[in-house]
Amino acid sequence: MIEIDNVYKSFGALEVIKGVSLTVNKGEVVSIIGGSGSGKSTLLMCINGLESINSGSIRVDGTEVHAPGTNINKLRQKIGIVFQQWNAFPHLTVLENVMLAPRKVLGLSKQDAEAMAVKQLTHVGLADKLKVFPGKLSGGQQQRMAIARALAMSPDYMLFDEATSALDPQLVGEVLDTMRLLAEDGMTMVLVTHEIRFARDVSDRVAFFRNGLVHEIGTPEQVIGNPQQPETIDFLKSIN
Amino acid sequence: MFDTSFTWNDFLYLLDGAWVTLQLTFWAILLGSCVGLLCGLLRALLPRATLPLSWVLDVFRSVPLLIQFVLFNSFKSIAGIDISAFAVGCIVLGIYAAAYFTEIVRSGVLSVPFNLRRASRSLGLSYLQDLRYIVLPMATRVAFPGWLNLVLSVMKDSALVMWIGIVELLRASQTIVTRIQEPLLVLCIAGLIYYVMSLVVARLGARLERRWQEND
Repeated sequence: MIEIDNVYKSFGALEVIKGVSLTVNKGEVVSIIGGSGSGKSTLLMCINGLESINSGSIRVDGTEVHAPGTNINKLRQKIGIVFQQWNAFPHLTVLENVMLAPRKVLGLSKQDAEAMAVKQLTHVGLADKLKVFPGKLSGGQQQRMAIARALAMSPDYMLFDEATSALDPQLVGEVLDTMRLLAEDGMTMVLVTHEIRFARDVSDRVAFFRNGLVHEIGTPEQVIGNPQQPETIDFLKSIN
Repeated sequence: MFDTSFTWNDFLYLLDGAWVTLQLTFWAILLGSCVGLLCGLLRALLPRATLPLSWVLDVFRSVPLLIQFVLFNSFKSIAGIDISAFAVGCIVLGIYAAAYFTEIVRSGVLSVPFNLRRASRSLGLSYLQDLRYIVLPMATRVAFPGWLNLVLSVMKDSALVMWIGIVELLRASQTIVTRIQEPLLVLCIAGLIYYVMSLVVARLGARLERRWQEND
């Protein structure tokens, strides 16, 4: 369970998160929608400690993420994250990209790490690209590799930070399909996304962020199908 | 007809000098690479804390090498440090190379995109693991051509050690010139030997680079 409690975060004088509270239960898929600068991506980075917070608390399975004594590297093993820019390691093959963390962080043997990597890469449809370097892949393929890389750590949670925003339109579908499979498998997911239809299909709950706050939250039917707040209605109108 | 007093023995004498040049270059680059790698990493990762370090290294980059040789050699005598002129040559050249290599390493490390480091940390890699498996391999590819340039320039700059009494390739050629009075021929041969030594280093480097490029 991810418990976000009254979190504030600012970059210098710019306050981007102004008291957000949100709980994500095990097996739940929560989508965060909202305009740019609403603090939604920053919140994801805070969940696995890539960004610090100014006050409040974030707990993952009861462990305080930003507490000084927390072993953040250990905690990150169970929180996978996929970025907007897929961030493939260019000097490693697809297989090595996926094997690296299982070998070095989990300490798996070469055989076990490779078996895990092949399994995850097959799952995302890249079984024929194992020895290829990421530079030779399309954006969609690199993003699917990034998903496999995160999944190879057998995480309990997956965070997606606008995973399809940097892709060509014709490549968005393949990545969304991969994410959909994951949601159907029961993975606990937090997605920051602009794909409203997708959010509506896969999410258990949708949160609309505005000005660093959760402005409206509820089931997809409520927030997307029948929004109550005028700002939510405007936002949904503006992106359709 | 072509007539010369240049003998086979003279050629062997030049080769002896070239061997000294190679040894000087090797030790200077070894020292320079180790120190430069360390300083470059520190400069890239802790830029504020290591600012004074950059001032020190700037001295070695700014003062002509010849002055450094002579000053360090005199200092050695005054302070009564008992090391050979060859060791002085290696140390001065090595520190000089380190000062340049520091900047090469620094720019290599800074060329690794922040987002990639963030991605590796997000997988649970520690700070040091990120450095070892992501930052250093990527920085190496960026820094390598600069390092190769440095090797070639140190090889030629090593000729300045003749001022502290070491007989290397250039000094050897001057000795021969003094005796047989055929500067053009002797300098051509010495130049050719420098060229061949540089060519071998450059070719080996190019081969390594090509292997990396095939991957990108």
